[in-house]
Amino acid sequence: MIHQYKNNGYNIVLDVNSGSVHVVDDTVYDVIAFITDNHLENSSKEDMLSAVETKFTTPDIKEIIDEIYELKDSGQLFADDVYENSIDAFKNRPTVVKALCLHIAHDCNLKCKYCFAGEGEYHGRRALMSFEVGKKALDFLVANSGSRVNLEVDFFGGEPLMNWQVVKDLVAYGRSLEAPNNKKFRFTLTTNGVLLNDEVLDFVNKEMANLVLSIDGRKEVHDRMRPMAGGQGSYDLILPKLKKAAESRKQTNYYVRGTFTRYNKDFAADILHLADLGFEQISVEPVVAPPEEPYALREEDIPELLAEYDKLAAEILRRRKAGKGFNFFHFMIDLEGGPCVYKRLSGCGSGTEYLAVTPWGDFYPCHQFVGQEKFLMGNVDDGITNTDIRDEFKSCNVYSKEKCRDCFARFYCSGGCAANSYNFHGNIHDAYDIGCELQKKRVECAIMIKAAMAD
Amino acid sequence: MKHIKTLTTRDYKESVKKGGCGECQTSCQSACKTSCTVGNQSCEQTK
Repeated sequence: MIHQYKNNGYNIVLDVNSGSVHVVDDTVYDVIAFITDNHLENSSKEDMLSAVETKFTTPDIKEIIDEIYELKDSGQLFADDVYENSIDAFKNRPTVVKALCLHIAHDCNLKCKYCFAGEGEYHGRRALMSFEVGKKALDFLVANSGSRVNLEVDFFGGEPLMNWQVVKDLVAYGRSLEAPNNKKFRFTLTTNGVLLNDEVLDFVNKEMANLVLSIDGRKEVHDRMRPMAGGQGSYDLILPKLKKAAESRKQTNYYVRGTFTRYNKDFAADILHLADLGFEQISVEPVVAPPEEPYALREEDIPELLAEYDKLAAEILRRRKAGKGFNFFHFMIDLEGGPCVYKRLSGCGSGTEYLAVTPWGDFYPCHQFVGQEKFLMGNVDDGITNTDIRDEFKSCNVYSKEKCRDCFARFYCSGGCAANSYNFHGNIHDAYDIGCELQKKRVECAIMIKAAMAD
Repeated sequence: MKHIKTLTTRDYKESVKKGGCGECQTSCQSACKTSCTVGNQSCEQTK
């Protein structure tokens, strides 16, 4: 399968099944399109040349076909998808849990208008996780992680700093489990920044592998969606704290993480605003919201949003070449050392190797499903009791999704978010269509940036 | 090659033979929490 596109002056040919990326001149670009349009991929070199010569009269056409055929012979062009059986075997391996999202506080000090967690409460009651519940969750993780060494625990909310002492106690408890069990915990914290102070930062910088700081971008954009309880904006309060946090981590191992909505379809301006403030690790995501919400993205917005990604990619490239680059999470792509095919095709791991834990110790497939009783999987005392849910999530991969099977981006997104699929289509084996369009564009931009940097 | 420049990429087929250890980061956990992105993640074996 070939995916070819033009972006920012580059002609890119992606050989989807091998992952090879080719940057080509205009003639080769058209020749490859001709070959795929006419199903000549498996023709002999002689047949391919004769067919192509009926349309292309350039004197170096033979040389071009030689190059194309050389890549084909080395498995870098027109490669087949030979991974489906391997993935089936991989998915049938015994389930191990390697990551938990601990809902340390179902409470929040902001009233964000797009909050999927219902302003921190997940459509349930306000609650803080006790140390006892958290301890049992970590014990469960260690006991169910098999031979996996690296275990991830994210302190999530609501706002986790509203239950800070328990976070600290759980980190200490986790560390005490490492040596006796041959495990290594990677703790992360996701916070809105309101309660960030020096004491928190010192601890976080010592113990947390990653820190996710919520900010949406420009002040007016941020304040519109992320007000305090009294209605006033939170931008001025959090910005100095976030800047200090980023600096204290030497601009690495953190993200400022924003959400864009229909209210700021010009979101590239927000990302560049964050970069101009000095942040070097930036992730800004499209909102996922019920379609009836006024801030929800609509199908008709897609062309504008795609153009915005193109604009952003060109500007990031310009800044990077000028030595003033920053990382935008969704344009980051590791072509040389990225994940193996199993990881690429087997989905995010929700409901199997990744679980969310509520303050009272219930397990859900991931944070997005918390509060939807249908997806309750068990609890820290009894373990996973509803194995049907686990098995359904386990069966979820790009080959189980009709929309993903023929999508060029499947090796980069691994089938998309199960929760988004469920929210829009009522099952986890579908895909959230607007999200797919944006994801595809982000992959194209990411590859274009790589191509340009290789110039 | 004169007409085609190929970027260095990981060989997917080779990764089938050596991959699947499962030590890598959970994709959603990293920074986004609403979209699944794996293309940018590092393999623990090739770090």
